[in-house]
Amino acid sequence: MSTIAVDARFSSRAAARTRGRRYLSNAGTLLLSLALVVWSVLPIYNMVLISLEPEGDVFTDRLWPRVPSLESFVGVLTQGHWYLEHFWRQFANSLYIGVMVTFFALLFGSLTSFSIGRMRVRHGWLVSNAALLTYVIPASFLAIPFYRIMQNYGLANNPWSVIAALVAFATPYAIFVFQEYGRSIPIEVDESARIDGASPLQVYLRIYLPLMAPALVAVGTYALLLAWNEYLYQFLLLSSKSSMTVPVALAQFLSSDQSPWNYMMATAIIYAVPPVAIYYAFRRRMAAGLTMGGVKG
Amino acid sequence: MMDSVSAVDVRPAIRPRPLSRSLRGHLKGGEYAWAVAFVVPYLAVFVAFVAYPVVYGLWMGSEPGLYRELFADPIYQTTVVNTILYLALGVNVKMFLALLLSGFFMRPGWWVKALLLIFVLPWAVPQISTFISIHWMLNGEWGFLNNALYALLHIEGPSWLNDRWMALGAVIVSHIWKWTPFWTLILLAGRMAIPLEIRDTARVDGATGVRGFVYITFPLLANLYLICTLLSTIFLLGDFNAVTFVSGGGPANSTHVLATLGIRDAFEIAHPRLGVAAVMSALPLVIPLVIVLMRKLRTAQVQL
Repeated sequence: MSTIAVDARFSSRAAARTRGRRYLSNAGTLLLSLALVVWSVLPIYNMVLISLEPEGDVFTDRLWPRVPSLESFVGVLTQGHWYLEHFWRQFANSLYIGVMVTFFALLFGSLTSFSIGRMRVRHGWLVSNAALLTYVIPASFLAIPFYRIMQNYGLANNPWSVIAALVAFATPYAIFVFQEYGRSIPIEVDESARIDGASPLQVYLRIYLPLMAPALVAVGTYALLLAWNEYLYQFLLLSSKSSMTVPVALAQFLSSDQSPWNYMMATAIIYAVPPVAIYYAFRRRMAAGLTMGGVKG
Repeated sequence: MMDSVSAVDVRPAIRPRPLSRSLRGHLKGGEYAWAVAFVVPYLAVFVAFVAYPVVYGLWMGSEPGLYRELFADPIYQTTVVNTILYLALGVNVKMFLALLLSGFFMRPGWWVKALLLIFVLPWAVPQISTFISIHWMLNGEWGFLNNALYALLHIEGPSWLNDRWMALGAVIVSHIWKWTPFWTLILLAGRMAIPLEIRDTARVDGATGVRGFVYITFPLLANLYLICTLLSTIFLLGDFNAVTFVSGGGPANSTHVLATLGIRDAFEIAHPRLGVAAVMSALPLVIPLVIVLMRKLRTAQVQL
């Protein structure tokens, strides 16, 4: 804004030069924006393009579908292809795992952060460090021993083995964000409730959880998306057609030589709709959670 | 936080503490039981599903003979080269792009905000969906990329995934495509946290454009940038999906990284111990990273 005031005092030639530079800068911004849109959207456009091809037309050299057809979407939703005969079951499995992981990550994370951050239990820093350590270990590095252990427990092909793994990896993030967020709530709130005779459980339920609502939403969204998008553990631990989740089923398409690509892409899109919708709905809260949590400078 | 901790510690320091007191700290009997009960569920999860697998894995990969077998494997040797390239290019190109783009998205205007909404799409869409789409896009005969090249420029594109270097390049670019938005958002939040007065004062003093970035913005962002780089190194080291779905480790097992080679050894050639050894050979890199990151993250506070 201040540049406008300064411009008025410039000679006309300098003003023209500044204006020229601004046009150039605007043109540059426009070009960059266009490039960014194409770059970001291309693989997603490809997904939509192929899903709209009628069967048999997948092997074309077109850049847009000749006759857009919703055939493959109908095929997925009515379980019309033999690859998709358990689609809704698999969708429900994904949802079940997502909801359970969210619930337990929120429950364990909030209880732990309450005990460490609000009640200041002795040696609480040890638990914080355990959580931090879990956060910085790559989950895929533990997949092989985890698989062996689950086999020993007889939990192979059981969704609870996946839920256990994902809760273990999602809760540390929950503990960070809750502890970080909890610092903004004065400890006097808890203390006065305790003086009024509330037990720690009552303080947790009636005071801590309601005040933490924004952080709970942020972490809940994170945990739900983590569980929905996770692949490796679900692939290793769930192998039967009726126990597997959507991403595992989707990957199974790839292993066949005659992949029905239009069905595959339609499945990929249907699978992507819930997380994208949730992401855009809770975007602001999640961004807040991201900066509150581990990565904060 | 610091004040209240020291306030708690000062009071009991006068008398020698009985054992029960040093265990319980300031909490009274019933309260202490509650506090412990609240921590137990997470601790149980940690012990059963993190600590136990770690120890089990260390035990599985503890035989020296395994490493002789591993290092003699030519696939492992190419895998190490791939992993280093993937780390060096994937992390740094992505973080540098994120740093530049976070500056771009600081610009005012509704359409920059609208652009940001489109820009985060790669991150919002599940990995499996997009990586499978990229895999098909790069198909030499029917893929979208070669169709587009032919339609627009009349170039016959190559079979992207049939050559080791192009396939590895495709994996790296896919990773950058997928994760740049996430780190851009983090760095954007970091830039937003820089108080307006600092930027305004700097501007008045003539630090605008590149100079403003070099002398003002970057020094304030440097710590965050370092933490993000280290975290993204760890995340990338554990990345299984990009390689599995974009190149599938092929052609002829030439584009594996350690995370995918471990799973391949354990489940495709049914030699779990060798798989664990492959993963554990990354420990000389992982352990220092973990130590530095744990220190950095524990003390992470906005230093402004």
